[in-house]
Amino acid sequence: MAGSIEHHDYDVLVLGSGGSGLRAAIAAAEAGARTGLVCKSLLGKAHTVMAEGGLAASLGNVAPEDSWSTHFQDTMFGGKYLNNWRMAELHAREAPDRARELEHWGAVFDRTPDRRMSQRAFGGHTYKRLVHIGDRTGLEMIRTLQDRTVHSDVDVFMETTITRLIKDGERVVGCFGYRRQTGEQISFSARALILATGGSGRIYKITSNSQDCTGDGYALAYEAGAEMVDMEFVQFHPTGMVYPPGVAGLLVTEAVRGEGGILRNALGERFMEKYDPKRMELSTRDVVARSIYTEVKEGRGTPHGGAYLDVSHLDSDYVRRKLPSMYDQFLELAGVDITREPMQVGPTCHYFMGGIKVDADTGQTRVPGLFATGEASGGMNGANRLGGNSLGDLLVFGRRAGIGAAEAAGRSDAVSLPAEEIAAAQAEVDHFLNGPGTENPFHMHRELQTIMGDGVGIFRDKEGLSTAIAKLETLQDRVGNLKAPSNRLDYNPGWQLCREVHNMLTVSLMIARAALMREESRGGHSRLDHTGYSDYWGEHNIVIHRESGHDMALTPTPVVKREELSELIEARKEAEKAA
Amino acid sequence: MSETLTAGGTRKLQIWRGDLTSGELVDYELETEPGMVVLDAVLEVQRSQAPDLAVRWNCKAAKCGSCSAEINGKPRLMCKTRLDHLPAEEPITVEPMRAFPLIRDLVTDVSWNYRVNEQITPFTPRENLREGIDVKDGDFLIDQADTDRMSEFRKCIECFMCQDVCHILRDHRMHNRYYGPRFMIRMASLDMHPLDGVDRLDQVADEGGIGLCNITKCCTEVCPENIHITDNAIIPMKERVVDQRHDPFLKILGRTPNKGRVKPPARSSTPEL
Ligand SMILES: Cc1cc2nc3c(=O)[nH]c(=O)nc-3n(C[C@H](O)[C@H](O)[C@H](O)COP(=O)(O)OP(=O)(O)OC[C@H]3O[C@@H](n4cnc5c(N)ncnc54)[C@H](O)[C@@H]3O)c2cc1C
Ligand code: SF4
Ligand code: SF4
Ligand code: FES
Repeated sequence: MAGSIEHHDYDVLVLGSGGSGLRAAIAAAEAGARTGLVCKSLLGKAHTVMAEGGLAASLGNVAPEDSWSTHFQDTMFGGKYLNNWRMAELHAREAPDRARELEHWGAVFDRTPDRRMSQRAFGGHTYKRLVHIGDRTGLEMIRTLQDRTVHSDVDVFMETTITRLIKDGERVVGCFGYRRQTGEQISFSARALILATGGSGRIYKITSNSQDCTGDGYALAYEAGAEMVDMEFVQFHPTGMVYPPGVAGLLVTEAVRGEGGILRNALGERFMEKYDPKRMELSTRDVVARSIYTEVKEGRGTPHGGAYLDVSHLDSDYVRRKLPSMYDQFLELAGVDITREPMQVGPTCHYFMGGIKVDADTGQTRVPGLFATGEASGGMNGANRLGGNSLGDLLVFGRRAGIGAAEAAGRSDAVSLPAEEIAAAQAEVDHFLNGPGTENPFHMHRELQTIMGDGVGIFRDKEGLSTAIAKLETLQDRVGNLKAPSNRLDYNPGWQLCREVHNMLTVSLMIARAALMREESRGGHSRLDHTGYSDYWGEHNIVIHRESGHDMALTPTPVVKREELSELIEARKEAEKAA
Repeated sequence: MSETLTAGGTRKLQIWRGDLTSGELVDYELETEPGMVVLDAVLEVQRSQAPDLAVRWNCKAAKCGSCSAEINGKPRLMCKTRLDHLPAEEPITVEPMRAFPLIRDLVTDVSWNYRVNEQITPFTPRENLREGIDVKDGDFLIDQADTDRMSEFRKCIECFMCQDVCHILRDHRMHNRYYGPRFMIRMASLDMHPLDGVDRLDQVADEGGIGLCNITKCCTEVCPENIHITDNAIIPMKERVVDQRHDPFLKILGRTPNKGRVKPPARSSTPEL
């Protein structure tokens, strides 16, 4: 394929316009870097826009006793101590400033009686800690950051899909992709590139994730030589809609329980009493999800195979004011008035604790020139994420990655894209469009989702995982044979899906293989054949990278600790034992 | 339980296929499941019958405002419209929004809206704080009542369906003279923020073109977030513009609505479509 294509050069290029990508772009531009931002969807439509419940920050506006150290301890306990300690520390320390900053940029949050930012309770948080506005906190955050971005010196490329990172020797120097509206190819050179590409929920059929979430960043980073960490830990949110089938998986925010919602089984029992009598409905997500799953499995499920979640005992005006979009969602889509009757809910794939392994302070990966942040990066949440800790994470580490990348760009000479790398990237997208392939991406996507749902869901065991891996490997043999059912260039969904299926397959293999290796149950990872905690695995993360022969290598690696935080950790472990 | 267990069954869809040069409604038929929304049906058609069908969507949860289309002639979110809420006897028509240039099939070029938004001076904290309008330990002090008022407008998911039905844009194509209802509420929410320090009322009137709105309320009718665009944003803003510019008594008394706020930097004219 000859001819020159559209090309742009930046100091810092950000992939992704979710909360983390926008925050990173703002920080990079503020630091004086020439900054570009690329996203698959339109600006303001990224996955983050769906976040509902809130942003965890120990402001202490509602509970003055709260402090960063308690938030740190809660995060570590929630993550079953596999978190990167430094990340959990930075997040807990800096989230309050990031929340206030958002307010100073025009975000509007619900208030306390003394007119400050209000904070609500959420699972696993000791105090009322989540800054929120009704149940649309993500929208508020996106709109505020979006506005800040367009009034900063940032060039935005909407509806542009990146299919490859471009390297020059050992370092990343840019990327290649195409504009979805026209199919025209585009390349970027960048002294530093930040992946803020979010998670990969679309590998499961039942998911709360948006269409964008196909694990592109994970696959791109892996292929470029970065390390991945904690991929076996997938968060299944306990409460997704289970009915009607068209909307199965759609999220029912944890704020419903935060505001006093009660879970019951078909017999009317408040079953959380059995599983976590202390925290009840506000136990951590992994526990609540497994509890609901077990109730259903043991025959105490609702007619549509879930649990009842009830807020009808609360004042109906209050429910409509605090949970307006939930009220709407159920009325509109399920014909249920939640102020009068219970919802039916069940687990749905929600969040990826794992991701690209980065330096806590700067977001730098082990590949020079490559940074990652937000859900695309891993480490902060360990084995299980607490609700509200993602939105804080996006701001804290988005900003840090933006600054880190701007500094790295400042130290770097100008870069250029090797012609043969561009040619290879062009050949790949062209192959999906005009090659001899016969595999239909829509169908392969369904197959992949079925394999993951059957073998790599909430509960796992050796047999199921081994079968899933074998099936995924046969998909891998076929993936090179993918071809879009139409060869149009403009807005061609099948073409887009080809590379996405390739990415999702890479991610699925990482998850399944790491899940097989971790012979214990911890946080978001539950093995029926290894039900307890293992001392060894309690001290190790699984790190994945691509060998030179393209084999996937998994290495147990000691948890990244920090001496000065040991006291806080030990204190929390003691308190838990005593309780 | 009042959950409507409506059977799926076979449904007919007519989807608009084409580009700027030509196009037509094309018939499709498919088996449906209970509770399916229009977006499910369109994606099923895409998966099994028309793999190059262009459609924009992302969240499938009525939260991102990507999937706006004209369903049976009325602007709606495809992911929030249940098939069984539409008349069963007739085929369901799905067409792109008409106020914006077509890209292909159901996808339109909404970039004009982004250019308008860029013109609006962003939130800028007030310099002159005073009793009641204050900051404490870095927190803004704001009443819940003010929050609720702003929040109504800040619920907007930018589906641009209000822009689609507004006759000033849709029929009269005056994109270069009127920002449209979406951006009237955007400016209203900024104007209502007690700690915002910018006076945007001239912009609302001049480049914004609020005077062109003749309060037909079509925008309010289609808003999926039930925002009272006309009653709560446009009408009060029209009044504030009049007070600010033309009321001699308020001027003499020094009580014009945006006293204490600074004028925004010079702006360019309203963007062309
Ligand atoms: C329904 C729901 C409710 C939630 N509620 C909460 C909550 O209350 N509190 C909380 O803390 N967390 C919540 N979460 C989790 C949180 O919203 C996400 O973890 C977070 O938004 C992820 O943000 P991000 O910036 O990492 O990426 P995303 O918002 O996922 O954005 C990814 C971006 O990358 C772009 N992209 C991806 N691949 C490519 C590519 N190949 N080329 C170009 N661009 C690409 C996409 O277009 C998109 O712009 C919720 C999640 C869901 C689904
Ligand atoms: S009320 Fe005004 S803004 Fe709304 S549709 Fe009518 S003319 Fe347009
Ligand atoms: S005001 Fe309502 S109709 Fe208009 S863009 Fe916003 S959500 Fe859509
Ligand atoms: S897909 Fe997001 S609003 Fe319909």
